[in-house]
Amino acid sequence: MINSYSFFESPILALLPFYPLLSFLLLITFAKRLSWSQASFLSIGAIGLSALSSAVMVYQLQDQDFQIITVTLWSWFSVGNAQVNVSFYLDALSSVMMMVVSGVGLLIHIYAAAYMKTDENFSRFMAYMNLFIVAMLILVLADNLVLLYLGWEGVGLCSFLLIGFWYQEKANVLAARKAFIVTRIGDTAMAIGLFMLFSALGVLNIVDVNQMAQNSWQVGNESAYWIALLLLGGAVGKSAQLPLQTWLPDAMAGPTPVSALIHAATMVTAGVYLIARMNGLFLLAPEVMQYVAWLGAFTLLLAGVAALVQTDIKRVLAYSTMSQIGYMMLALGAGAWSAGVFHLMTHAFFKALLFLTAGSVILALHHQQNLFKMGGLSKRFPIETGLFFIGLICLVALPGTSGFFSKEAIIAELWSSPTAGAGLWWCAIIGALLTSIYSCRLFFLAFLGQNREEMHKNDSVGDELSRLRLPLIFLAVLSLFGGLISLDLSSVFIANTSIIEHSKEPSWLHPVAITTPFIGIVFSWFYFKQYRRNTGKPIVESQTAFVKFCRNGLGFDTLYYSCLVRPYCWLAKVNRLDIIDQIIMLNAWYITLWHDALSALQNGKLRWYAAALGLGVVCLAGVLIGGNS
Amino acid sequence: MTAIPLEHVLIFASILFSIGFIGVIVRKNTLFMLMSLEVMLNSVGVAFIGAGSAWQQADGQVMFILILTLAAAEVAVGLALLIQMHQRFQSLNIDKLNKMRG
Repeated sequence: MINSYSFFESPILALLPFYPLLSFLLLITFAKRLSWSQASFLSIGAIGLSALSSAVMVYQLQDQDFQIITVTLWSWFSVGNAQVNVSFYLDALSSVMMMVVSGVGLLIHIYAAAYMKTDENFSRFMAYMNLFIVAMLILVLADNLVLLYLGWEGVGLCSFLLIGFWYQEKANVLAARKAFIVTRIGDTAMAIGLFMLFSALGVLNIVDVNQMAQNSWQVGNESAYWIALLLLGGAVGKSAQLPLQTWLPDAMAGPTPVSALIHAATMVTAGVYLIARMNGLFLLAPEVMQYVAWLGAFTLLLAGVAALVQTDIKRVLAYSTMSQIGYMMLALGAGAWSAGVFHLMTHAFFKALLFLTAGSVILALHHQQNLFKMGGLSKRFPIETGLFFIGLICLVALPGTSGFFSKEAIIAELWSSPTAGAGLWWCAIIGALLTSIYSCRLFFLAFLGQNREEMHKNDSVGDELSRLRLPLIFLAVLSLFGGLISLDLSSVFIANTSIIEHSKEPSWLHPVAITTPFIGIVFSWFYFKQYRRNTGKPIVESQTAFVKFCRNGLGFDTLYYSCLVRPYCWLAKVNRLDIIDQIIMLNAWYITLWHDALSALQNGKLRWYAAALGLGVVCLAGVLIGGNS
Repeated sequence: MTAIPLEHVLIFASILFSIGFIGVIVRKNTLFMLMSLEVMLNSVGVAFIGAGSAWQQADGQVMFILILTLAAAEVAVGLALLIQMHQRFQSLNIDKLNKMRG
């Protein structure tokens, strides 16, 4: 029996997403009339309330019989027999996401308030950030797929608004547009999937869908296959996986807190959440599970290779995000639901930490993002270096860090999973190797060696950085010890893990998985010696065709540009006058013709009127006489 | 006294009417248009008189008196308009009055 409450019985959960909404409305209404302290108090306070409510709810959830709380706010609309309610559904899975969104969101908001202090549109920025949290919480808490879709589109909108926040730069606007259009492709697939789901099952409530799908369809059912595939399309777009991954690196044009919040910690993991949420459906389509796993594997390798040659610190992190989400997808595809969600959580911690620390460094260097122009930062910013180091060891998954627990959990499930296998296991291992190599390259280039750019004298950045530090320290603690949070998601996922037999696995799997990052580190220690030991001379970046190819994301942008964008623009140009429009315009032309003819009669010349009158009378008389005779 | 046949009267009236009508159409000068209108009205009067004498009824003559009155009123209004027109446009050309296109 699920405990269902109405609004008044559980106001904490019911109001949870609405504090930031209120704050958003106030901020967007009063905008520049608010001072920095008022605006930041409002926005951070609202998120703080949400985070506090989330914590209370997670605590209350432990007392529930089935660890599920639902709250119905109001009835939205009804389709056929299905009632679509605005109601929230809290179980172990959504509570993890809720805590990540509101908790990490709160820390990033605190950081952002300090980071964006001097921006003249500070209120607008915080308003969008708050709106994003609202949409994300609705997405996470929605008990039916329509409400989830509302949140899904809401986060897409906020992503668009925030990437293009500095809209006076053309590059930012183009990046925002690209992100919006590319994710829209996935969203369209998802919408079609939802329509098919509704016509097949007649319900949209997530719990009902999973249950009815399990009850009424066999494994390998065709409609389950298509619906799962279309939902995967949506997840792929939002989570920047192959083949819709091209928007994420460009999305780094937005302010750094945005990259941390939306494009690393929360929104891009929405696809992972969707698949985990719909696990009952995906289990019925093992082929789609395999696609998920292979897509994840390809993405993590591709993004790892691309991250190896990036010159922009934020783009390295963007590709790294793509690759880590690839791991999550791989886990989901292998049926290791809990491991995937666990990695989602730890990744949110350490990737937010990495992005925010990178943001501090970028701010201190006066918006220098090129790795080859950094160097020697460990001497200038020892604390930031330490924080970044913590983030990186979690990313690399050194034993003991949170990343280690989650990534090892994923890799351990792959070998014997029915939908994954040895091939995918090796992909994951190579991915881990790539991760450690690009992480080392990044660290060596930026923090070790000597400074390669002229230092600004009399910099007062120390003050500024110390204001940014508090949330970073929290995130660092979470990154290091987040692995100790035990997630019990067994109540959420339909158990198929029992199929996985670990007994037949070779014994060398675990040692290999654990030592891989160290191999990568040792390799880079020697291979990137010149980065490490640099004495302040400029480093020439390799410019061979292959490196350039990798740097541009392995040619996907070029491919899409020549295969999709150019033909489309050509078509638009050719069809500028719109053939279908011309057919409709024929009507207009016909009417215009009559208009011209009739208005020519009204020339204002009295004598013509008199003549016409006479002619008319003669005609009339002729008719009358002709008729009579 | 030999009665004039009705046909002759009507043919005469029609010719008179046509002359008046053609005058209205072809003359640009508004004064001449008014005069042509008078001719047309009189042609109608002739037709009424002819018809009245053919059927030995007084109605035709009553109608003629009515038309005469109408013509007098029409001329009064028409000439007043003519004076106004001359003052405003320094011309009696009717084609110059097409600004309203209707």
